[in-house]
Amino acid sequence: MSEPATLPLVSSLLDAALPPSGLAWLDTARRENSQAFAAGGLPDTRVEAWKYTALRALGQRRFAKGDAAAQSRAVDASTLALPGIDGARLVFVNGVFRDDLSALESLPEGLTLQPLSQALQGDPEPLRFALSRHYRGAGDAFARINAANASDGVVLRVAAHAKIAVPVQLVFVGAAAETDLAWHGRNVVILGEGSSLSLVEQHAAASEQAHLATLVSDIELGERASLRHVVLQNAAVGASLIRRSSLRLQAHAQATMHVLELGGALVRHDLQVELAGNGSRLDTRGIFMPRSRQHIDTQLAIRHQALHTVSSSHWRGVANDRARGVFRGAILVAPGADGSDASLSNKNLLLSPGAEIDTKPELEIYADEVKAAHGATVGQLDPHSLFYLQSRGIPQAEARALLTAAFCRAVLDDLPDQPLREHLAALVLAHLPNT
Amino acid sequence: MTMLKIENLHARVEGKEILKGLSLTVNAGEVHAIMGPNGAGKSTLGNVLAGREGYEVTAGSISYNGVDLLALAPEARAAAGVFLAFQYPVEIPGVNNTYFLRAALNAQRKQRGEKELDSMQFLKLVREKLKVMQISDELLHRAVNTGFSGGEKKRNEIFQMAVLEPQLAILDETDSGLDIDALKQVAQGVNTLRSPERAFLMITHYQRLLDYVVPDFVHVLADGCIVESGDKSLALKLEDHGYSGIGTSQPSGAAA
Repeated sequence: MSEPATLPLVSSLLDAALPPSGLAWLDTARRENSQAFAAGGLPDTRVEAWKYTALRALGQRRFAKGDAAAQSRAVDASTLALPGIDGARLVFVNGVFRDDLSALESLPEGLTLQPLSQALQGDPEPLRFALSRHYRGAGDAFARINAANASDGVVLRVAAHAKIAVPVQLVFVGAAAETDLAWHGRNVVILGEGSSLSLVEQHAAASEQAHLATLVSDIELGERASLRHVVLQNAAVGASLIRRSSLRLQAHAQATMHVLELGGALVRHDLQVELAGNGSRLDTRGIFMPRSRQHIDTQLAIRHQALHTVSSSHWRGVANDRARGVFRGAILVAPGADGSDASLSNKNLLLSPGAEIDTKPELEIYADEVKAAHGATVGQLDPHSLFYLQSRGIPQAEARALLTAAFCRAVLDDLPDQPLREHLAALVLAHLPNT
Repeated sequence: MTMLKIENLHARVEGKEILKGLSLTVNAGEVHAIMGPNGAGKSTLGNVLAGREGYEVTAGSISYNGVDLLALAPEARAAAGVFLAFQYPVEIPGVNNTYFLRAALNAQRKQRGEKELDSMQFLKLVREKLKVMQISDELLHRAVNTGFSGGEKKRNEIFQMAVLEPQLAILDETDSGLDIDALKQVAQGVNTLRSPERAFLMITHYQRLLDYVVPDFVHVLADGCIVESGDKSLALKLEDHGYSGIGTSQPSGAAA
């Protein structure tokens, strides 16, 4: 690790330490993670998990702490609306909970939903385990500073056997401020045994300002619980957004994730899943579409730890201009996870000679009778398809967009919520040039 | 009136000269059959007309309705009324057939300065054409050619032709790989579309299709040139004697 405290980013984030919370265990965890961040600094590209994402430029920047005026930032609520999504909503602007933009009245039975800042003032004990974590990995810098500095986020619980059919919307908005800000969000989502939940996580921009946000989410699925999780990342083009989502599935639990990464200047998502209980199942589908100078890095790590666990992951990347996409899909089938079935594919398109995508599937198997398949490709649009469309009268630029959108759409097809699926497909098309 | 006038066309593919001085004149309302052995340049002619990349014209000219066809991009040729039914229609997963056809038709209309069709108008047009072409609407709901049988792909080409209503339709071995029922269906589709304003160029290896779509002219293409032209009886002669005896009569090039 290189001279940590000297980096402007590190010192500016350390300067933003939170006041005492009144909870000894929480203050201890914050202090220790802060110290670990100060000692470890930022990982460089010699750390495997950060090999393709250099933090040099980010390390030279300074960010102001939190946003004291977050409550008064202008955000047009209509820009956050998604078709067919009109259930409970929790909105954070520059990291701060905004009651006026949220919808927390008449929650369905079995759903508990509140901002972390309020949950800590009530009964914080159930959060103690999640918020006391220490991050020890060489690549954990942002999880550390998040644990040290996060003062708000989402606390969501679904009671055993409750079925929450109407999607819950979690929105994180970056809004214009006097200076570039750093904020940190901490989410805890717990699904009780036999419960089900539909969740839409949105990252949106109310300005193009180059803020830095970190977001750490712990998502626990009890036995036979079922989660549908859609992530729409449309952060400001100048923003840096570092997320870590950790899922843990108990026996026969099922999680399905659809992720669309469109925005941000520097975007990193660590998606870590433990298939901890027998027969648990994970399906991930994702699209990342960096353009201009964007850098979007997804690190998917799935651990099969129990019998007959299943994971299926299909990700597509499209890079244009001088943008860069990074995808790492690591699957580990641990000893004892016999009869597991793991498949992973990542197909990528490069739309311009200056674009780059680095993809790395990894598979480690230590169990018996395992079915596993993985593959990654990087290619260009098929000239035969392009000519076919042109020969029917479709101009080349439009034909390219149509084919690229179709390439991406393949991973949205199994999203059951049709209005949302069409909305995401339209965003994909709109993100492409010349349409 | 003259629709297409090809003069002394020379074309190369991957550095190899395939067309070596081909001349052909097609008038509105006519159906021309281009026959010839494998490797004669039949498909190259179709691809050069449609504007496929990689087909380099080194000499000669193609005039279409008085315009230099070679100067136009493929999509502009389509908008001007040139349609190529592919020998191997391309599968495009993820693009719905109806969506694709509407995008194509509206792109052409836009280039011609015509008003685009809304989805209701388009659907009405599609239903009419389905009825005329005797095609089930099931093909419409699938992705373009994806998982289609050989016959379905060829029928889909003819269906696209019916919707796009080109002036000059080039059928590149549309008959190849079809069983007799599918062949009849395709031929019936083509016959339905015959009109005094429309011309057809049917590229084929076998005389079989010509039993069902009777051409006005038959040309034999060999080694990059038209070596013999005649009426439909020429096709029958080829059927009897093969391509070995061709080139004995004077190539007429500019038919009619």
